[in-house]
Amino acid sequence: MQFILALIMGAFIGGAAGYLGSLMLSKRMVLVAGPLGHLTLPGIALALIYDFDVSLGAFPFVILGIILIWLFEIKTKLPMEALTAIVFASGVAITFLFLPEEKTVSALIGDISQISLTTTTMTVVLSLMIFFVTKRIFSKMVLVSISEDLAKVEGINVKKYNFIYLACIALTVALGARIVGGLMTAALVAIPACTSRNLSKNLFQYSYGGMIVGSLACILGIIGFKFTGIPAGPLIIIASTLFFLVSLIFKR
Amino acid sequence: MPKVILKVKNLNVEFDGEEVIKNLTFEVKEGEVLMILGPNAAGKTTLLRTLLGLLPYRGEIHWSKKDISYLPPQELFQRKDLPPLSIEEFFKFKGVSKEKILKTLKSVGLNSSLLKRRFGTLSTGQFQRMIIAWALVDDPSVLLFDEPTSGIDVGGQETIYSLLHKFWEERNLTILLVTHDLNVVWEHANNVLCLNKKKLCYGMPREVITPKSLEKLYGTGIKFYKHKHR
Repeated sequence: MQFILALIMGAFIGGAAGYLGSLMLSKRMVLVAGPLGHLTLPGIALALIYDFDVSLGAFPFVILGIILIWLFEIKTKLPMEALTAIVFASGVAITFLFLPEEKTVSALIGDISQISLTTTTMTVVLSLMIFFVTKRIFSKMVLVSISEDLAKVEGINVKKYNFIYLACIALTVALGARIVGGLMTAALVAIPACTSRNLSKNLFQYSYGGMIVGSLACILGIIGFKFTGIPAGPLIIIASTLFFLVSLIFKR
Repeated sequence: MPKVILKVKNLNVEFDGEEVIKNLTFEVKEGEVLMILGPNAAGKTTLLRTLLGLLPYRGEIHWSKKDISYLPPQELFQRKDLPPLSIEEFFKFKGVSKEKILKTLKSVGLNSSLLKRRFGTLSTGQFQRMIIAWALVDDPSVLLFDEPTSGIDVGGQETIYSLLHKFWEERNLTILLVTHDLNVVWEHANNVLCLNKKKLCYGMPREVITPKSLEKLYGTGIKFYKHKHR
């Protein structure tokens, strides 16, 4: 039962992350998921210590991190990437002040061994939400990338869409942190999108390709965990990288 | 008497405390082609962007039409490093039928095979025709074009302006167009607005474009060949 629940959860999170990742790659923002993933660590640590849901712990810390970066930028005018470095490194450092050693691996590379039906259901619902919201904003965000002025004249509220987009990223990172840990969330969004980009001719193939590859990588990683006992997080990322390498052969 | 489509009164635009447009007043009537002429950094692009509500301003801007299409200058389009967007998908933003898209593409001299091409793979000339088709596909009544032929060779420029002229005649369009090219003004404009932060001349080209007004506009003597057919 645990295995089936893990498979369902992985397939949905992987699919949502791959789909959103294809939009993030087109905006050159996939790496953002890295520092944001690291920011989840204090939340994951608290969740592991006090035994509550990992994603529930992770999400407020991602939001807090985004707010801090945003506030620091207003206050200092320093480049956003430098401020991100400060915030995410501090997040990691603070985590190790109170995270017990035996929980370190779970926090860093994820843990799918203890999953309840409620958690799976919630994850599926939230993943579907990420997918449908991203689907709604996808083409509009691409038009914003082509020309922000043009998008505004076509009636697109750029600020509103950017906010929705960031909220989707934060939620995806919080969900992804459960299966691949705080260390590797960037890979969950970046690699499937890169694979799909190699194989696709248009936006439809590209975005859905990202979703399918992301989902498959998670399924394979979790099956690998079942048979080898190696944590699923690294196996998912390795499966994803293998798909990417294969895509190089068929690159359009 | 054609009705007034756009009324601009005492328009002022500032960037970081510096005045970019000063006290500008003009109007555009239905079916008019108004060309905005001026040197670099004269505020031409700022004017179009302000008219579209993209920039804060003081003064009055009143449009009596809402169906406005805008084309930014070619260099402000991101064409590389995009996801694999096909031209067909790019036209989907407009929410019109495929039949309409094909008809409009044909009218700018492009064929249906272009729909499968990727956005970033079009040549400059193809891209410009495609983007004009995109601007026209949902039948706007007003077009705002910012240097639609920048980066295109002379032959290509002539084709683009002939196309625009054809659409203007067929569809009773109102066009506001930013240009550097005096020949284009002579050839296609009903009215011209010479802009260098403020209005330096405004009216019919044959009346207001004089060696004196050009010197005032560009700050130097411009060689001047008046066309006969307008």
